[in-house]
Amino acid sequence: MNFEEIAVKSHEFVSQYLNGAEVGREVDLFATGMVNSLFAMQLVLFVEREFGFAVDNEDLDYDNFRSINAIADFAGRKLGLGATA
Amino acid sequence: MDIELTAEQEAARGQFRDFVERRLMPYADEYDRQEEMPAGLIGEVAELGYLGGLVPEQYGGVGMDSITWGLLCEEIGRGSASLLSLFTVQGMVIQSILKWGNEDQRQDWLPRLATGEIIGGFALTEPNVGSNASSVETRATLIDGHWRLHGQKRWISFGQVSNLFVVFAQSEGKSVALLVERDCQGFSTKPITGMLGFRSAMLADIFLDGCKVPQAHLLGRAGFGFSHVGGAALDQGRYSIAWGCLGLAQGALDASLAYSGQRRQFGKPLKEHQLIQELLADMITQIQAARMLCYRAASLKQRGEPSLIMETSIAKYFASRMAAKVSADAVQIHGANGCSDQYPVQRYLRDAKIMEIIEGSNQMQQIIIAKHGYQEHAVKQQRLAQSKDDGGEA
Ligand SMILES: Cc1cc2nc3c(=O)[nH]c(=O)nc-3n(C[C@H](O)[C@H](O)[C@H](O)COP(=O)(O)OP(=O)(O)OC[C@H]3O[C@@H](n4cnc5c(N)ncnc54)[C@H](O)[C@@H]3O)c2cc1C
Repeated sequence: MNFEEIAVKSHEFVSQYLNGAEVGREVDLFATGMVNSLFAMQLVLFVEREFGFAVDNEDLDYDNFRSINAIADFAGRKLGLGATA
Repeated sequence: MDIELTAEQEAARGQFRDFVERRLMPYADEYDRQEEMPAGLIGEVAELGYLGGLVPEQYGGVGMDSITWGLLCEEIGRGSASLLSLFTVQGMVIQSILKWGNEDQRQDWLPRLATGEIIGGFALTEPNVGSNASSVETRATLIDGHWRLHGQKRWISFGQVSNLFVVFAQSEGKSVALLVERDCQGFSTKPITGMLGFRSAMLADIFLDGCKVPQAHLLGRAGFGFSHVGGAALDQGRYSIAWGCLGLAQGALDASLAYSGQRRQFGKPLKEHQLIQELLADMITQIQAARMLCYRAASLKQRGEPSLIMETSIAKYFASRMAAKVSADAVQIHGANGCSDQYPVQRYLRDAKIMEIIEGSNQMQQIIIAKHGYQEHAVKQQRLAQSKDDGGEA
């Protein structure tokens, strides 16, 4: 899987929670007000299941979850894909 | 969906049932009257590997799968909702550490949670903060390598006896979850008695009076206490409660089937009166429906599907409402006997009411379920529009 594929899947997942609104890949998800504990947990499970690694204690960093690109970057790093977007 | 149990799960259920029949059912009403859970019984469920059942083998537990844990909660819930709440909070503390603890914390605490040497407590609710749980007022300040906690927690299940609590607090505007030991300086508890239900769940108020906790007792990272540590724990809690409600309702149904066969009015057993059969038919059907939701949540949990969070919420919501209705109907079938403490159905009814309030009240579940409904609807509409567009282009 490459960065683009990860970003597309992440975009699809995040969009489910936006009642049809479009969200750009760089949009700050925390600023949209959509991030609550329910979304946070679902996002963790999505990343773990979709990309096949465990989100750990030390991964709890807002910068890993701030935007769709940030999520894709984070997943890419965990999967050892090297430098991305 | 495949909901057939494996041979191991069947065998485990048989053992849980046997334990509950022998060691819990005959005594649960007495514990309820005494408002206490005997230490001996807690020791027994710990010794059997039940209480710490969620701890994986690598940390000294038996590593129960989701269905086996669900079956255990169902059986314990059939015997005593108060004891079920001990399993619930122990599971929440285990889940918090397992998911968001670091390796040192896992090594340190999980083996002792597995054996029951440590009894866990979950301390979120406060006198001024219930459903709006992300706004706790307890303060945590980091000073010279220690957290200092100031605040009060209320309604903490097994707070009278637990020796390790996951405590939620605010630290400079960030939510933190801290592991707090009972014997730490500045920590005290006061028993709460006279509750409607869960009377032997040994509730307590917790006072954190400059309570001093090592810096290394932070779970996860600052800012992620409520959302991630609390989120994982509450999901686990709702899961245990959903299954426990199933057991509670099954207990109320079993009692009603037995009673309606014995009690005679108008020259025949109650069970031959069709209006009683109607009540029983609805009880049976509602219980089956809740069981399907619990199995569905179990299957998603086992696979780590993101939708497990919503489906567990739905299972908890439905099962607790169902348990409240089924236990109320059980009291109805028992008449005055059902209102007496000589029969367990009044306890089931009182405990079922609590199930509708804890682990996120049913109003909180309704809010998130409805919100989820709108989100799914929007996705469907979007897909429909998309496929029309695609069709148009073709
Ligand atoms: C037996 C028992 C054991 C417990 N054990 C624990 C424990 O171990 N640890 C712990 O931290 N807590 C525990 N609790 C506390 C429990 O989690 C809270 O009672 C629960 O979260 C609800 O909070 P509250 O009671 O303050 O009700 P409130 O939040 O004050 O709500 C009161 C009512 O208003 C409704 N309501 C609130 N907000 C809204 C809204 N926005 N829209 C519609 N309706 C709303 C609620 O659903 C409820 O019906 C326990 C409680 C009981 C009774």
